[in-house]
Amino acid sequence: MNALFYLLAAITIGGGLASVLLKHLVHCALATTVAFAGLALLFLQLDAQFAGFAQILVYIGAVAILIVFAILLTRGADLPKDGVFSRTWFVGLVIAAGIFAVLAWAVLESVRALPQHNAVPAVTVRDIGNALVGRYVLPLEIVALLLTAATIGAVIVAMHEKERPKP
Amino acid sequence: MATSPLFTHFDQIFILLRNWLVGFLPAALRPAAGVVLGVITIVCLFPGLFALTTVFERKGLGRIQNRLGPNRVGPFGFFQPVADGIKSLTKEDIVPFSANAVVHFLAPLSLVVAVFMEFAVLPMGRNMVLVDLNAGLLFFFSMSASTELSVFMAGWSSRNKYSLLGAMRAVAQMISYEVVLLLSSVSVVMIAGSLSLPKIVAAQDSYTGIFPHWYIFTPWGLAGFVMYAIAATAETNRSPFDLPEGESELVAGYHTEYSGFKFALFFLGEYLAMFAISGLGTTLFLGGWSAPFSFLTFVPSWIWFFSKVMLSIFVFIWMRGTLPRLRQDQLMNFAWKFVLPFTLLNLFVTALWRFMGEGWMRWVVCTVILVAAYVLMGRLSMRNEHFGPRRYRYAE
Amino acid sequence: MTTPLAGYLLVAALLFAIGIAGALVRRNAILVLIGIELMLNAANLNLIAFWRYGPHPELLTGMMFAIFSIAVAAAEAAVGLGLVISIHRHTNTTDLDKMNRMKG
Repeated sequence: MNALFYLLAAITIGGGLASVLLKHLVHCALATTVAFAGLALLFLQLDAQFAGFAQILVYIGAVAILIVFAILLTRGADLPKDGVFSRTWFVGLVIAAGIFAVLAWAVLESVRALPQHNAVPAVTVRDIGNALVGRYVLPLEIVALLLTAATIGAVIVAMHEKERPKP
Repeated sequence: MATSPLFTHFDQIFILLRNWLVGFLPAALRPAAGVVLGVITIVCLFPGLFALTTVFERKGLGRIQNRLGPNRVGPFGFFQPVADGIKSLTKEDIVPFSANAVVHFLAPLSLVVAVFMEFAVLPMGRNMVLVDLNAGLLFFFSMSASTELSVFMAGWSSRNKYSLLGAMRAVAQMISYEVVLLLSSVSVVMIAGSLSLPKIVAAQDSYTGIFPHWYIFTPWGLAGFVMYAIAATAETNRSPFDLPEGESELVAGYHTEYSGFKFALFFLGEYLAMFAISGLGTTLFLGGWSAPFSFLTFVPSWIWFFSKVMLSIFVFIWMRGTLPRLRQDQLMNFAWKFVLPFTLLNLFVTALWRFMGEGWMRWVVCTVILVAAYVLMGRLSMRNEHFGPRRYRYAE
Repeated sequence: MTTPLAGYLLVAALLFAIGIAGALVRRNAILVLIGIELMLNAANLNLIAFWRYGPHPELLTGMMFAIFSIAVAAAEAAVGLGLVISIHRHTNTTDLDKMNRMKG
């Protein structure tokens, strides 16, 4: 379904470009959400249903809202006086273009060697569950620990400091 | 009697109708046409139910508050939604001057689209689900999470501090209770063994004697259902959790600056979310489309599904008319400090139930653990409240 | 005709480059975090594309990697945004060009 792929790729890349080029921060956050949605649809086109729905649930339902809350709590809605692009923007652009050039060259050079098995994998949620508590149980437990540490850490970092009594 | 051909025809009447209509098309177009017919049915049926529910709500609230509801338009006021619809569609569409026009326009649209998608995975009768996804429950919760972003978009784009405040409160409340909603559904998934909603209903569709095997009739199921109901009320911003849109608090919360058709879209989105969450609650805990007693299985399955959903809506309306509103910090405290730990305990009790094997022992153990935990946590969280006789202060 | 794997890899590479550009070119600290999220998403797309077109999709390696990556990215976004909020509370700015001294 080539036309569908081009449409979804255009939505994703368009959302990504808008999120780094727009002036107003909340518009950038909403453009990022469009990019996330485009990516979720690309995952669904790749027959990765669980990953696609998890992408919507986690990224659009949680990370996008987190970004928006942070923008509002740090008064990001006011436009800065010196413009939105940093002083060293040209170097950043050159680096990004260089990285894209290297990656694209690598992909296009190895087009013949890339695997292309077109059979649709029959993956059910039950298989994912079995894999999670079977082969991948160690990463699962480590991710649980990581999420707990991240939650506690984020709360402590962002908490108001208690007023210390002056001596 | 339950397997007679007449019953099967009446039970599957919508499926037969769809197959007959689709049979006119060539074979290549049939699956797509079937899905399109299903989508058209959902898009026409649920807003119709929404119109019916608005008049039920106003009359029901009226009777609870010892007054008649609307009774001018049509017999006993039942054509009121027609009048409401005409009013909404013909009102002037006002967009504030400094509002962000694009985001202001997209917010109600994205809300209604996300909520309509939720109906795609609900099994409304035997074989009557639009799409039988393997990860159906996960899809439902993803769509439910997308509605939070539309609420924020609505509140922020209006350039109005009351809207923004209402939107922030609504989003914080929805995120907190989303966790509770997910965890109380996980216990059902553990026992049914699948994330696919038709399979969850099929797991509840058996009877011992005349009593059904619905999950609400088990100790962990009852606790899970109560917490699911609390979380569903908070997710859809209904009373007693409706501070974000409380009329006496914030004008109208995040939909203050919307008028005419867009306000009607927000209203539609909220009620449809209520239907969808009630539909999911009946699928997970109340047995979906299965009959309450084994001698009642001759009644078609879709009648049972919609009766249970309408019963849940009636309970929502009843709660709105009866209970006072909770303050924002009371509501968040309640979520994080009481409901969430209780939900985690419920997960543990579900695991106990699953691995203890059949018999009366598991009933006793699970019930005792849940009741003891409820009493203990209740006492712990209320130990600083002292309820004495009421003191009156008069203005001097 | 199904899309070749190279198509997905090019989209992922482009999104990655856009993410890096966003993180390096803009002033605001929150946009750096948005850029990082875009980069992580591009890597996830790469993983899922290789899982789908690779020789053994029933092993679920790519999908598992992507799911864990989503979880870790969410945690890292939370901590990063907490840091940005904390810095804003301290210096009353989120402009990265102004945060060029260690003295606090």
